[in-house]
Amino acid sequence: MEDKKSLRAPVSQKPHVIPKPEHPEYLGGSITVEINEKKLTVPFGTTILEACRQAQIHIPTLCHHEDLCVAGVCRVCVVEVEGMRTLQASCAFPITAPIKIKTTSNAVRKARKHIIDLLISEHYGECYSCFRNNNCELQSLAKEYGVDHYNFGHVTQPRYEVDNSSYSVVRDMDKCVLCKRCVRTCIDLQEVGVLEAINRGHNTHIGTFLDKPLAEVICINCGQCINRCPTGALRANDPRDEIWNAIDDPTKHVVIQTAPSPRAAIGEEFGQGPGKSFTGELNTALRRIGFDKAFDTNFAADLTIIEEGTELILRLYKALVKKEKVALPQFTSCSPGWVKYLEHFYPEYIDNLSSAKSPQQMFGALIKTFYAQKTGIDPANIVSVALMPCSAKKFECNRPEMNSSGYKDVDYGLTTRELAQMIKEAGIFLPEMPQSHFDDPFGEASGAGLIFGATGGVMEAALRSVIEFVTGKRVEDVYANADITPVRGFEGIRYAEIPIAEVGSVPKLLQHLIPDWNWLKGATLKIAVAHGTANAKKVMEDIKAGGKFSECHFIEFMACPGGCLGGGGQPIPTNEQIRKKRAEAIYNEDKSLPVRKSHENRHVSELYEMFLTDGPCGHNSHKLLHTHYVKRGKYIA
Amino acid sequence: MENHLTVKLGEKKDRKGPVIFSEYKRGDAIRKALSMSREDILFELKDSKLKGRGGAGFLTSTKWMLTAAAKAEKKFIICNADEGEPGTFKDRVLLMEYPELVFDGMVVGGYTIGAQLGIVYLRGEYEYLLKPLEDYLEEMRKGNLLGKNILGKEGFDFEIKIVLGSGAYVCGEETALIESLEGHRGEPRNRPPYPINTGFLGRPTSVNNVETLAAVSHIVVKGGKWFAKYGTDKSSGSKLFSVSGDCERPGVYELPWGTKVSELLELVGAKNAKAVQIGGASGHCIPKPQFEKTLAYEDIPTGGSVMIFNDNRDMLKVLKNFMEFFVDESCGQCTPCRIGNVKLLEGVEMIEKGNYTFAHINKLKDLGRTMQLASKCGLGQSSPNPFISILENFKDEIFNRGNGGRNGR
Repeated sequence: MEDKKSLRAPVSQKPHVIPKPEHPEYLGGSITVEINEKKLTVPFGTTILEACRQAQIHIPTLCHHEDLCVAGVCRVCVVEVEGMRTLQASCAFPITAPIKIKTTSNAVRKARKHIIDLLISEHYGECYSCFRNNNCELQSLAKEYGVDHYNFGHVTQPRYEVDNSSYSVVRDMDKCVLCKRCVRTCIDLQEVGVLEAINRGHNTHIGTFLDKPLAEVICINCGQCINRCPTGALRANDPRDEIWNAIDDPTKHVVIQTAPSPRAAIGEEFGQGPGKSFTGELNTALRRIGFDKAFDTNFAADLTIIEEGTELILRLYKALVKKEKVALPQFTSCSPGWVKYLEHFYPEYIDNLSSAKSPQQMFGALIKTFYAQKTGIDPANIVSVALMPCSAKKFECNRPEMNSSGYKDVDYGLTTRELAQMIKEAGIFLPEMPQSHFDDPFGEASGAGLIFGATGGVMEAALRSVIEFVTGKRVEDVYANADITPVRGFEGIRYAEIPIAEVGSVPKLLQHLIPDWNWLKGATLKIAVAHGTANAKKVMEDIKAGGKFSECHFIEFMACPGGCLGGGGQPIPTNEQIRKKRAEAIYNEDKSLPVRKSHENRHVSELYEMFLTDGPCGHNSHKLLHTHYVKRGKYIA
Repeated sequence: MENHLTVKLGEKKDRKGPVIFSEYKRGDAIRKALSMSREDILFELKDSKLKGRGGAGFLTSTKWMLTAAAKAEKKFIICNADEGEPGTFKDRVLLMEYPELVFDGMVVGGYTIGAQLGIVYLRGEYEYLLKPLEDYLEEMRKGNLLGKNILGKEGFDFEIKIVLGSGAYVCGEETALIESLEGHRGEPRNRPPYPINTGFLGRPTSVNNVETLAAVSHIVVKGGKWFAKYGTDKSSGSKLFSVSGDCERPGVYELPWGTKVSELLELVGAKNAKAVQIGGASGHCIPKPQFEKTLAYEDIPTGGSVMIFNDNRDMLKVLKNFMEFFVDESCGQCTPCRIGNVKLLEGVEMIEKGNYTFAHINKLKDLGRTMQLASKCGLGQSSPNPFISILENFKDEIFNRGNGGRNGR
């Protein structure tokens, strides 16, 4: 038996995964079990739950989640195993012998009903006043088991105070069913470890260190716990009311920028299967809701590539040619969850973070400066909303340094789920909207900006530009269709080397910074991609130990598994299969776009010609598009 | 309670018993075991038919055989001295008066299963025993009963360390105990896998009760057949009983398995007993008509706690006390135990106030049966026992209470 996951999670919260045999057809590799008198052959070590799902036998679950390690605590999934005195949790029981299983016996049905009754008796509140109404696993279970009254009573008074101290995550422990998914998400999936069960027995509750408010602990705001909460105990800090108020206020000019991931997932909120983008429909819906302008964050993503790519080139130039001491590898800074993770866990490495702001914040700064000037609208009257797949973006836009325009650059971060709610409130059925384009002056964006939504996307976008900048060749001639596949996929950590055999001439945009590329001739660009902070931790530990990743030049980190498309603001549920579908939607859309490289975005070129006249990483762009970070550390007063 | 300053380990009170309290000298079992092969020790244990004395009654020979057969660089033997079952105190007596039996048993276990380290998980409330026990281990080290090449046996290194629990009842459950040893919350793990292959630090681990280890020492010296002479066919040997409650001579008694409840009551001078709670809070409450039953795995299995209640006791209060205990001591991990016990306690309070319906009480009994089946560990699986058995066996007393309230309808 092997423990698959990290050492941080207690064994009771870890899976005891029996490695699947390489050759299930060999003797002993497979076991034939009997489920409800039906025979089924499964590989050795398959759990009863997995076997039942293979046999298309439905087993209700609550604490089980595909992304997480086994807990076996809710006991909803119990089944009868012949010869065993007690019922067994099917999610936690590995099949290692030819057992006979009954999934719907009298004892099983009764036990499940009892457990659901017990959970409901402690679950404060009513379904119609809960934002998870119709998307709640406890509610579904109650329906599945025909709960029509409170068999064991029902709590009438709240027991906990709602913790809304955090800009990102709101915790309402009265709705918690103690499935510990959030605990396992935090400690095992993300390896942050902010949440844990506190106290014992009936007094058990999920809390933070010393039960401090979430804003005062080392929460990185990734919101992955929200995506995995089966009930309404966890949610994002919802700015809908403020945004509606701004929309209703005639003196306010309300604009919204939309990130690439929400459009590839928002359809799920309207009953559409995952894997379909609703970009055009979303634009129309946003205007019908009353947003004055709908902008494309991908434009700012293209800008980020130019700024961050230039920063990388400058760092390399300083290190290799001028022999100055600079922090390398350079880390991406688009993911605010990752940024806060680094600030807490590896504060000594904040110099490695690219000083370029995330696309959201670049855009925010431009809207209240460039756009305001261009349209003659007083920036004080502009309300800037950012549609993001992310709960950490809510924290990011509230960081005190994010007001380079003289105002709060981005007023509200809005999640995919919250926008879907607004669209529904406006009486709009998104999938049936006619399609429309984004608004100018930022109307065009490249496919490079779009793929920011998937893990490896920022790296691929950067490479598409850097390769063309340096070699003078077209990316298409190096990678078929400009799909840089070595950095794609869902492997937790990916590493690639890109040899620079020949160099071209320095493009006009960079000529004032770099005289020529000769110093890069024959060099090998080493890059890596990591998604999910557990993987980030592995890379960081390797860097600390002086391993292979310490020799990288550029590393993309995303706090969330799968990158932004699996963000904490995305529709619930999110799992591996859904993340893959969303990634497909994003890459398919990228394929269909006429412009697929950030430096070919003509609006970006115009911006450098008209507004950021001293070029990438110049004085203007430093003022508006770059930022600094805080060494937070793990010990907070 | 003994003051730790006055605790003198190994000082025996006048105790009589056929097996555990029979003649034994420190190191005897170790000396004998080291002259035997590991297999022979296992066969001897098999002959003895010794079952785990913590209450669950798993065959010790099987447990050790499986742990011995597991392949691993490191293995552990753990002495479960987290004696927390209400009404049990025989492990404390063993540790205080017969530490040689327990520690020798551990060394024998280490030798048999191939462990290098033995850990005593000592109940937090027994902190006053920690220092004397550690001094005792030091003496063993001096006598080469612990340490490297024990008693000259080349390559047999074994150490014992003592770890203090923090007061959670659930940590007596072996997997919760292991979690606690590893420094985590004391919460039971999913089983399978069992500690015999995935135990402490993921290594094969045998967790044995204090009394089991003490019995092993005698078995090794005197033979499995000798041990099996005592007791019944399915329950071999003798058992220590911690007797408390309404009797003249409470204390620890060693009796062969198969002793009738009535015989035990007579021995301890329990007159007017109307109920005996056997097996602690998680055990069963035996009413007078059943006093002719025997104490044995096949009849009334028990970890050794015997609480006697006489005619003056209010059985509902007894039940309430037990249920309050479980509400307090549930680890809170799984649903049936965390919430179920609260519901059962609420039911008891309803009866107390006279504000209940039989329909609801029956519903709660039904819930109790689910808890027995669906809880994650032995705590939740046994916590409804007193609720079900006391309400069943004392229904006349309980449901005809003169509490002036609305009795059951």
